[in-house]
Order: sequence, then structure tokens, then C-alpha cells
Amino acid sequence: MHLQDTKVQRMIEINEELCKGCDICIDFCPLEVLAISASINRRGYYPPEVVNEEKCIGCRLCELVCPEFAITICNE
Amino acid sequence: MKDDVIIPGPEKRLKPHRLLKFLRQEILPTTFCPGCGCGTVLNGFAQAVDELGIDPKDMVFVTGIGCSSWIPSPYFKGDTLHTTHGRPIAFATGVKIMRPDLKVVVIAGDGDIAGIGGNHLIHAARRNIDMTVLMVNNWNYGMTGGQVSPTTPFGVPTTTTPYDNVEHPLEAAELVAAAGANYVSRWTTYHVFPLMESIQKALQVDGFSFIEILSQCPVSYGKMVDMRKASDFLKFYRDQSVRVHKAKAMSAEELEGKIVVGKLMERERTEFTASLRRINERFRKG
Amino acid sequence: MTQRQSRLKEFENRTLFLLGDEAAAYGALYAGCDFFAGYPITPASEIAEVMSRELPRVDGYYVQMEDELASLSAVIGAVWAGGKAMTATSGPGFSLMQENIGYAVMTETPCVIIDVQRSGPSTGQATKPAQGDVLQARWGTHGDHEIIALAPSSVQECFELTVASFNLAEQYRTPVILLMDGEIGHLRESVTFPTFDEVAREERRLAEPDTDLFGGEPIPPMSLFGEGRFIHVTGSTHKASGMRDVQTQAVHEELVTRLCQKIADARAEIASVEQDLVDGARIGVLTYGATARPARGAVLEARRMGCAVDFLRLITIWPFPEEAVKRLAERVETILVPEMNLGQIAREVERFTSLPILPLPKIGGVAHTVDEILEAILSSSSELGSAVG
Ligand SMILES: Cc1ncc(C[n+]2csc(CCOP(=O)(O)OP(=O)(O)O)c2C)c(N)n1
Ligand code: SF4
Ligand code: SF4
Ligand code: SF4
Ligand SMILES: [Mg+2]
Repeated sequence: MHLQDTKVQRMIEINEELCKGCDICIDFCPLEVLAISASINRRGYYPPEVVNEEKCIGCRLCELVCPEFAITICNE
Repeated sequence: MKDDVIIPGPEKRLKPHRLLKFLRQEILPTTFCPGCGCGTVLNGFAQAVDELGIDPKDMVFVTGIGCSSWIPSPYFKGDTLHTTHGRPIAFATGVKIMRPDLKVVVIAGDGDIAGIGGNHLIHAARRNIDMTVLMVNNWNYGMTGGQVSPTTPFGVPTTTTPYDNVEHPLEAAELVAAAGANYVSRWTTYHVFPLMESIQKALQVDGFSFIEILSQCPVSYGKMVDMRKASDFLKFYRDQSVRVHKAKAMSAEELEGKIVVGKLMERERTEFTASLRRINERFRKG
Repeated sequence: MTQRQSRLKEFENRTLFLLGDEAAAYGALYAGCDFFAGYPITPASEIAEVMSRELPRVDGYYVQMEDELASLSAVIGAVWAGGKAMTATSGPGFSLMQENIGYAVMTETPCVIIDVQRSGPSTGQATKPAQGDVLQARWGTHGDHEIIALAPSSVQECFELTVASFNLAEQYRTPVILLMDGEIGHLRESVTFPTFDEVAREERRLAEPDTDLFGGEPIPPMSLFGEGRFIHVTGSTHKASGMRDVQTQAVHEELVTRLCQKIADARAEIASVEQDLVDGARIGVLTYGATARPARGAVLEARRMGCAVDFLRLITIWPFPEEAVKRLAERVETILVPEMNLGQIAREVERFTSLPILPLPKIGGVAHTVDEILEAILSSSSELGSAVG
């Protein structure tokens, strides 16, 4: 059996224009899935970027702690 | 409810954030400072509403004046009464009496709810009127730039306690529990999952429900205590909090400076508006 | 027949001997009031007592709040939830309500506030009557605004003007203040109750879907909570949609100007006076509220003595009945203004005429006597050199 068939697909979606670069999601993700990105958004903030998507356990902490509704986990 | 999102997002959009449907999206992003806990409270609240499947049409939001009052006014898309500073619970009392079928939710700051409006808080809890009050406790008057509030910790400098706060902070949640509320808890913006569950519980309780939410103000408060990153506050909340059941076994000295989190009260006293309606039923003919 | 109609049927066409306070409470019930929030204070408590007894009988709600700030707050909340709501207080409580009166003005919340005036400042001669709040009613809350305030002079009028207050509140979407005074509130007189149908009731004008609730026309229609419109009500400066905009100068100017104009422009419609004018009058007596009673006695007495005196009683205090005052000023040579304060309305009268205005102030918790006012009429008459006899 192929690993991909059993694993729940998770996609971390970051709405860069809503993000204010507070880094809470980065600092509290238990598996260091996120990191500060190098690119700046239109308002001058550095949104997070996904650096270790395969490590994500879909705990949704980042989603729930984000003050700006800028990050969400899409479970297919 | 429409799911389509009008926020310009990244090209590779998969699915809009499912909670955005609860917000007045046309005015996003919020005007909260980066990392402000107000947004996290809004997030947890929207999540709770979503999980309970409550239709926002059946809710009314009543708020006061302060950053925290902006959580529903204007961001949560529901009927909203943005009132005068300190009075939201009193306004909400009128709303609830006339429309007991609507879920009445008050969200406001520590200054608003426990300071200028403290008396309304006590008496609404005493009446045990069915409403949910979320007191966003950021330990200061955030909107006005960081003055001392009734919940500011002892010994902390603020813009109006330049020689450190010499007043003792109010334990608002314990006060409300003593005053007669049916449900009381305290959580922080670090405890997002239990907070969200507690909001769900509070929304379901028949009677006065109150959650004191410790929430970071990295700007007005943070500048005075040199905690300018939201994460610093969340770490502080994580490290200083003690669950209710553990706190029970601790001495006053051990609890000094700790944040007791969890459910502080749950009971089933008679709800106020139901009692009022029972009086009216006595006069209803046929 | 509704529960309210059947309860009020028990009163129809009956004449009862009631306090002004009680009559005002029944006026509210006839007007359709279904919510009262208040805090006890003499000489207004009897209003709360009647409301607490009667509201449950007409399927309405009474709540005694923790203070007067809370009382008016609850009233405003009740209105947005569909109620017709009122509170009643006296000077100290009226002072506490000022911030929320401004909130009701700004949010265009129809509601009624009864102030049974008593002696002040502060606790003053608690609980003796006075008319010291007439300018507070006009200017008590901060910022530019207009207000509607009525002043009854009899117990029957306490009933009628309470009904009128509710109707004006709905018609102009604004708070209305019924400026009673301790003298009238605690006066016992007979009141004749009308039938339920004889009383005209202004119904709330509710908005069609997708119309603005806070602009677009001089008096926009309202909507209520719980209808899925997601309405936003705020005391901050807002656009016609209700959404806050505290930055744009033009938005504030447009809003506050409209709020003022909707009442100022309707002055002629709202302003109501009782006038009794006689040929050849050289003196006018302008009065209101409880003071109108001895004033009227004095005017009649003066006329019996051969001195022609005009009598003008303000029923509407705000918006000020300018036209009636100007007309009086054109007829006479001096205007006497007896009132139970140190000349609050006398000063307002001066704004509309260059005639000499003679204030006849009286404070100390005792109403003017007929003789005091008569004496003032006769002495100004002799100063004018008119023959009496
Ligand atoms: C009667 C009155 N007094 C003072 C103010 C000024 N004011 C506006 S917000 C605020 C404090 C808000 O603090 P809090 O309720 O804790 O909310 P936060 O901004 O901290 O979320 C004050 C004092 C006011 N608007 N009204
Ligand atoms: S869902 Fe959990 S593991 Fe995945 S990125 Fe978010 S916080 Fe990290
Ligand atoms: S928590 Fe939200 S706002 Fe803060 S950095 Fe992460 S995505 Fe951006
Ligand atoms: S001042 Fe403080 S409470 Fe207000 S928005 Fe900024 S961080 Fe939040
Ligand atoms: Mg605060």
C-alpha cells in the first residue's frame, strides 16, 4: 500500500494579505512546520511560510491562535 | 450563508478560511495591532459558533468602548449594539428581556466590564440573566494608550502608574462566581482549545455565563513592561497558569502571581428572564 | 382583543383620582409601552411602582436596574429588540442618564425619559419640587444635538403628554423627555381615561430590506434585532449604513446636521403651547409646568381687576416654541416669566425678543403663589403706567 493513500491530506493555507506577521503561529507550532518568509506582504508584514508541511499533524493550533484568520488547515 | 471570500488571497487558494463567513469581510484585516489577542478571541468565538452550528441571525452582540469591544463591533457579522463605555451588560439586559429567544453576547475589555461597568457585572450575575459575557482582560486600558486598569497586576508600571501600580488587581471571575452566575471560567489566549470549548459551554448555559480571557496587548501594555511580542505573553500565560483543581491544593503564597485557569463555577440557579415570563403567564387569559 | 386592550378596558371612560406620576404611567401603558427600567427616586418612584404592577398584566416587562445609567441603557437595548420603552427619574438620576441620552440621540433610538424635577444642585432639598432641569434637558449631554421635551401642568396632561412623548419619539426617531416636576408628579387630581382606540399610537416605521437605517432621508426607518439584517448600531459617528467612520469630517457633519435638522425643521409641528390672549394686553405671562397653575390664577385675577394680560403656557419646552413667543412679544410690552428656577427659560425667551423680560424666579421647594405672581403683574403694570381698576 502506498503511504499517500492512507495519510490524511493536509494543506496549510496562508492568506498573506490578512497576516500581520505576529509570528504566534510560527512560535507555537509544536512541529516547527512554519517559518518567517522572506517576502513582505502589501502592508509590510512578513507572513509565515510552510517549511515542513510533511511534519504537520493537523492539530490546528496555528489556525485557532491566529488573530487575523490568516492561516487555516484544509483537511480533504 | 455565503462562503465566497472577497479578500484577495494567494493565487494557490485552496479553500477560503471557513470562519471568514462569520465576519464582515469587507472591512478586514482588522484594525487590531499585530499580535493583539482580540483577534484570537474573535477566532475562538467564531470557531465555537461554527461548531455549535448557531445561526448568527439568532444572536445579538452588545459591546462597550475599547479595543476589545471591536471584536464583534464591527468584525463579527451579527446584530450589534456598540454602546457607551461600561454599559454593555445593562444594554444587553434590555435586549434579552425583550427577546429571550436571541442569544445575547457581550464582549468588552477589563476596563469596560470590571472597571467603569463593574456594578452592572455584579448585578447581572446576581440576577443570573441569560447572556454570555466575554471579558477580554489585557491588564490595561488598551485603547486609551495603556493606563492602569482594575486588573493591572500589582507593581507594574503603566502610563498612569509611572512609579508602579500600588493597587491590587480584581479577580473578576471569582467575583462573578460569588455574585451568582451560572457559569464562570478563566482562560487565556494561549489556551485556545479549552477557551473555545469554554465559549461553547458558555453559549449553551441557561443563565449568566462569564469567561475572563487573559489576552495580550503587546502595544499599549507591552510597551510599558517591555513585552512587545505577542508570543512573549503567550509564553507567560503558559508558564504562569495553574489549572483550577491544582490551584485548590496550593497555598496563597504558591498562587502569588499565578493565573488560575479552568472552570470556576457551574450551577443551575433560576434564570431571570424566565422568571419574568412566569409572572406574565399568571395574567395570560385563556 | 390583546391582553393590553382587555386590561385597559377596565379603565376606559372612568375618572380616577390619581397622582401625576400614576397618570403618566397609565399614559405609557395606553401608548403601548412594554418595557420599563428604572431606579427608585422621589418624587418619581410612583411611576415605577405602577409600571411594575401593570406591565406584567399587559405582557410587558419591568426591571429595576442597579442605577440610572443602567436604566436608560436597558431601555435603549429593549427598543432595538422591538420594545416601546421608558424610564423615569428625578434630578440626580437624570444627571446620570446624560451620556446615554446622547447615545439615544446619536443612534436615533425612540424612547421616553420622564424627569420629575426636584430641587438641586446635587441632593438639594431632596425631595422638594423644582424646575431646575429645563436647560439640562436641552444641553445636558455633550455635543451638538436637538431634543424634544414636554412639560405637563395637570394630572390629566401627565397622562396625555406621556402618550404624546411616545408618539413623538417614534415619529422623529429620537429620545423624548417628559419634564414633569415634583409639584405635578405628587399632585392628586381627577383623570378621565379614554378608550384604548381613542388614543392615537404612532407605530414604529420599519425599513424595507436593503435600505439604510441611519441616513438617506431625514428620519430613516428603523430595523430590529433578530431579523437577519446584521444591523450595526453605534454611538460613534457612522455612515448611513450604520458602520463607524470617525475619521471623515463630512460624515460627521452630515450625520449631526441631519440629527439636529430633523427636529429643528419640525419645530412648528412639534411645538405646542396653550395661549389665552386678550385685547389690549400690555403684559404677557409666559410659563410652563406646575408654575402655570398659579400663573393662570394670577392672570385671571389681574384681568378681573381690569388689567389685560396675555397668558402663554409652553407645553413643548424643546424645541423651543419660538413662533409663539415672538407672536406674544409683538403684542405686549413686557413678558413675565415665573418659573421654579433662577431664570432658565426667561433667558431663552430673551433670545427671541428685545422686549424687557421680567424673570420671576422662585426656588426653595415651594411653588409660586397666585398672589406673588399677581403682585408682579400689577407692579409691572403700574410701571408701564396702565390704569388698574
Ligand atoms: C465614560 C467614558 N470614560 C472614558 C472613556 C475613554 N475610554 C475609551 S476606551 C477606554 C478604556 C478601554 O479599556 P478596556 O475596556 O480595558 O478595553 P481595551 O481597550 O483594553 O480592550 C476608556 C477609558 C470613554 N469612552 N467613556
Ligand atoms: S496544524 Fe499544528 S502542526 Fe500543522 S502547522 Fe498548524 S500548528 Fe503546526
Ligand atoms: S498568527 Fe496569523 S497573523 Fe500572526 S504570523 Fe501567523 S498567520 Fe500571520
Ligand atoms: S492597543 Fe493593545 S488591545 Fe488595543 S489593538 Fe493594540 S494590542 Fe490590541
Ligand atoms: Mg483592557
